[in-house]
Parts: sequence; structure tokens; C-alpha cells
Amino acid sequence: MLSIKNLHASIGDKEILKGINLEVKAGEIHAIMGPNGAGKSTLSAIIAGNENYEVTEGEIFLDNEDISELAPEERAHKGVFLSFQYPVEIPGVSVTNFMRTAINETRKANGQEEMPANEMLKVIREKSELLEIDRKFLSRSLNEGFSGGEKKRNEIFQMAMLEPKLAILDETDSGLDIDALRIVANGVNKLKSDKNAIVVITHYQRLLDYIVPDFVHVLYNGKIVKSGGKELAHELEEKGYDWIKQEQEA
Amino acid sequence: MDLKEKLISSFMAFEERVDVHTELHDLRTAALKNFETKGFPTKKEEAWKYTSLNAILKNDFTVFPKQENAVQYSDVKKYFLHEVDTYKVVFIDGVFSSHLSATTHEGIDVCLLSSALTKPKYKTVIDAYFNQVVNKEETLTSLNTAFANEGAYINIPKGKVADKPIEIMYLSTGNEAAMLVQPRNLIVVGENAQVQIIERHQSLNENAVLTNSVTEIFAQKRAFVDVYKIQNDNEAANLVDNTYVSQQEESSVAVNTFSFGGNMTRNNLNFYHFGEHIVSYLNGITIIGDKQHVDHYTLVHHATPNCESHQDYKGIFNDKSTGVFNGKIFVEKEAQKTNAFQKSNNILLSDKATINAKPQLEIFADDVKCSHGCTIGQLDETALFYMQQRGIPVKEAKALLMYAFSNAVIESIKIPELKQRITKIIANKLGVKMGFDL
Repeated sequence: MLSIKNLHASIGDKEILKGINLEVKAGEIHAIMGPNGAGKSTLSAIIAGNENYEVTEGEIFLDNEDISELAPEERAHKGVFLSFQYPVEIPGVSVTNFMRTAINETRKANGQEEMPANEMLKVIREKSELLEIDRKFLSRSLNEGFSGGEKKRNEIFQMAMLEPKLAILDETDSGLDIDALRIVANGVNKLKSDKNAIVVITHYQRLLDYIVPDFVHVLYNGKIVKSGGKELAHELEEKGYDWIKQEQEA
Repeated sequence: MDLKEKLISSFMAFEERVDVHTELHDLRTAALKNFETKGFPTKKEEAWKYTSLNAILKNDFTVFPKQENAVQYSDVKKYFLHEVDTYKVVFIDGVFSSHLSATTHEGIDVCLLSSALTKPKYKTVIDAYFNQVVNKEETLTSLNTAFANEGAYINIPKGKVADKPIEIMYLSTGNEAAMLVQPRNLIVVGENAQVQIIERHQSLNENAVLTNSVTEIFAQKRAFVDVYKIQNDNEAANLVDNTYVSQQEESSVAVNTFSFGGNMTRNNLNFYHFGEHIVSYLNGITIIGDKQHVDHYTLVHHATPNCESHQDYKGIFNDKSTGVFNGKIFVEKEAQKTNAFQKSNNILLSDKATINAKPQLEIFADDVKCSHGCTIGQLDETALFYMQQRGIPVKEAKALLMYAFSNAVIESIKIPELKQRITKIIANKLGVKMGFDL
């Protein structure tokens, strides 16, 4: 589904990604771990099409189509979803209205009719129950005054609404207490199918107890330096990232 | 003959046309004299540093309409808040239109200034209020006073609540190549009385119009007054709006100014406090493009203790448009425990758009809370990326962000239908159609 080939990227003069290769197939969960500053968030932003970064070399394929030149909304229309580490507040636009706009723009781009209002309400009700979101919450301004946990839950709610092919969860566990973490992880697991794929980006192993990855990759200094199964996450938790750093510098 | 000379020489003819008694004549003559001495303001004056009337004044303005022009309601319905029942005071080229208006004398007076100025039963009110809160040194106000004759007269007596909003509408037909109109409104809101007023100036074709309007608002003890000014005129229209607000103790007055249209718009908005525990709100949303120019020149004069004023102006400027925000807060020595806040937030969408923001605080009391903040920026890139990531195209994403930026002021609109109308105008202005009412 997602195929990244020799991806190099920089911001200004600073090279951040130095040749990333990654293959993610439908039905898989991949975790990308790594110390601060390794380039984890940069990688997720670039897959989603953030124009602040310049891709200097390499390609990104989604279902065999090169998406490297597409605008962020075009990638979204093709099924790429990024759960933000810091979701943005938009006063005056309710969660419901924001979702309605996002869904109908996506449908329009894919040549579909707008979703009828009653169906929209039904889907919103279903998905908000999945994430244990209070109905009142949906009429509030998007992310405005939300707690850290509410913001993250709202991100996964949006993911549930948009049903992406490829979901990238960037530090979704940061700012979550254990109860919120469980709700969010439970939501993600219920959305998981053999037709979609999830890339979890995290510094800590904690989230991976709940969203269990098929593959774990370690990103360090702009490169994937180690890949393995879920046991690699535990090893990292035990030994810390210094172990990786020492190995790399040796 | 330039416009100033034309006006001065037409003064006698004007006074002959209207039914004038001595007091009004004296007042008008003094005002004309002030205008004659000072003339039109120029950029040399500090208060007009960023706004020039020069090009506008070159038009050969007709100062009185040559004929009465009729307008069909169906042609202008869209400019009214027709979704709700309202009182209406409507003028066409400065002349009262009885068939478009819906006035009343039942419990409250919503009618014409021309009759209030001449009929004996209004004399006590006119004597007490007319021309009482204006700045008599201000030249354009003086010009208006000299020719003051027609406009809205609203009197909400003690304890009365106006049962529906009042719309004051000035239509220009454009039948004259260029026309100067000088409306004069007097609004008196008695003790414990309440009213909501919507004011709009609208020209119906592309001929140049210069409106020099003066509005006096008197809010008595515990009165509540909400004023909404809708400035969405076409691009040959120029407006100088001089509004003076006089507040007594515990009164609350809000003036919300929505500036989306016109060629040149200057809002001189002045608040004066005459009692304790007064609250004043000055809100504005400005969204302009092309070569449009909007200048907000505000003054809040805190003269008494324990009062509040809140100014919140949002501006979005595209193309070569220019904006000015000059906000003056004056706190006298007696005005202890004043809370005076001022915000002017601006977004420039183009390299060629300009905003001049200038807060002016003169504080002579030592126990006050005053703050001012001017920001000038661009749209938040991260927020745009966030919305695009959810599939919202960049144009719509920008519109949503601009809407969000103006939201605090939109939320202060207390008439739901008007709020919807304003959001629709904003959506049109931003060139988007969202899946919901923006």
C-alpha cells in the first residue's frame, strides 16, 4: 500500500531524512520509534504532503501511484490520514461542521454525491460512541479549549469518520492518561481491517501495548537503522535509545 | 467651484427649503462657520494621516437631489433583514420613503428627524439632545450639522423595550452622476429601555456617492443599546460615519461595525461616559480587497470611575486594500478602577495590502486596567495544513480560518438572523460555499 523509496528531505539547508525505505502492506500495523530529533514527525508530515519540507530525492507511492507531488488535500482524498501531535484549534467551526466539510469535499473529489444529512448524523453518532465522545462535545468549536486527551480522541474520531486507507498516528499517546489511551487504542483497533494500514509514530513503547504492531522500525539520524517484530519495542524500552546511538557510532 | 464653495453657497437655499426656527438656524450657522474655517480634512492632520478625501472630493457632487426617486421593495429587499419583522426608516437619496418604511409611535417613536426637528411635541427632546454629544470642532460633523435635516429619530422612553429591531436604511439610486448625502440620526434610549438598531448605506448603481453621516446616541441609566452597522456598499461608494455615544450610569452600548464594501470608509466612533458602571463595546470586522480603504478611528473617553470598555477589531486585507485602526482611550484622573481593553488583529493576504494600526492611550488615573494589542500576521500555515490534511481544499481552508479569526466578533451579534446574514456575506466575500452556513 505505502511504499517509500530512498526518501531524502530537508528543511532549509538542513537534511533531516537521509534515505528512508519503508514498505507497508494492507492489513499491517507498523511502528516507527526513535529518539527526539530523529525525523519521525518529519517523515509523517512529508507523507501527508506538508510543503514546509523539501523532498530532495526519492519517491512515495500509495497503491503504486507516486503521490510525492500531490497537494495535502489530494493525498487526503486518496486515503491518507495523519493524526496530529498538536491538533489545531479552529474557533467558530464545530466538530460536526468541520467533519461535514471534510467528508463532503473528499466525496466531491472522488466523484461521489454529498453525504445526506441524516446519514451523516447516523455515522457521527456511531463513531462518537466508538470513541466514547459525548454528543455535546460535537457542537463545540474544533479543538478549542479541548484537553490534550480530548484533542487526541477527536483526531481518532475524525479518522473513524474519514475511514482512511493509510492512517499515520503521530505521537498519539503524548498527553494521554491511561484511561484516554485505552479508549483511543481501542478505537484504533476497531477501525483496523485487512484493507487499511496504520503507521504508529511514538517515542515510547507504552502505546504499543495497546496497538500491537506487526513491525517495529527504529529511526535514527534520518535513517531506519533497525527493523524487527514487536519484541524490538520492548528491547528499546529496556535498553533505551543510547543502545542504538552507540551501535550506530561504533 | 469646488465642493466646499458649493456647499457654503447653497446653505441659504437649503435653509429656505426647510422650516427653520431660530435656535436651529443659530446652531446650523455656527456649524457652517466651523466648516468654512477648517474645510475638508487633509492628510496633514494627524487624525487623517492615512485617509485621503482628495480624489473623492474631485467629483462634481450634487448636494441636493433634483427629484424624488422611487424604488421598488422587491429590488432592495435583499438589503433588509427581511427574515424577521423590523421597524424600518428608509431614505432614498436622502429623502424619506414612506412606502419602504415601517415607522411607529406606539409606545416608542421610530420616525423622521425632520418632523422631530419641527413639531412642537418633540421640542423638549430635541432641545435636550440634538447636537449635544457631537464634537463641535470636528469639521465634517459641523458640515453635517449645518445641513442636518433628515434622518432617523428614535426615542425609546423609560422602561420600554423595542419589540423588534429597527433598520435604518439609506439607499442611493445613482440617478445623479455623483451625490453627497448627509444623514443625521438621533437615538435616545431612556432609563431601563432597550433597543437593537441596524444601519446600512447602500447605493444601487456605480455612480459615486459620498455619505457624511452623523449619529447621536444617548443611553440613559441602565439602558441597553445594540447597534449594527453594515457597510457592504459597491465600490463607488464612500462613507464617513461619525457616531457619538453618550452613556449614563450602568448603561451598556455596543456598536458593531461590519465593513466589507465601499471605496473609502471612515468610521469615527466616539464614546463618552457620564456615570459609573458603564460598559461600552466597540467591535468590528473588516474584510476588504482590491483598492478598498477602511479607517476605524475610535475614541473612548473614560471620565467616571468603575467603567469598562472593550474594543475588538478584526481585519482581513487582500490585494491592494488598506486598513487603518486608530484607537484612542482617554482615562481621566477621576476615572479610577477603569477597565479599558483594546484589540486590533489583522491578517494581510497580499504583499501589497497595508494596515496602519495605532493605539493611543492617555491615562491620568493611577488605579486602572488598560490593555491594547495590535497584531498583524498571515494565515497560520500549520492550521491550513491541518485542514488540507482532512481533505479540505486550500481555498475553503483559508476561508474557514478567516471565519475562525473573525468569530469572536461574529459571536457578539445578538440577532440570530443577522448573524446568519453576516456569515453569508463573509462567505461570499471569501468566495466559498461551505457545506454549512458559514
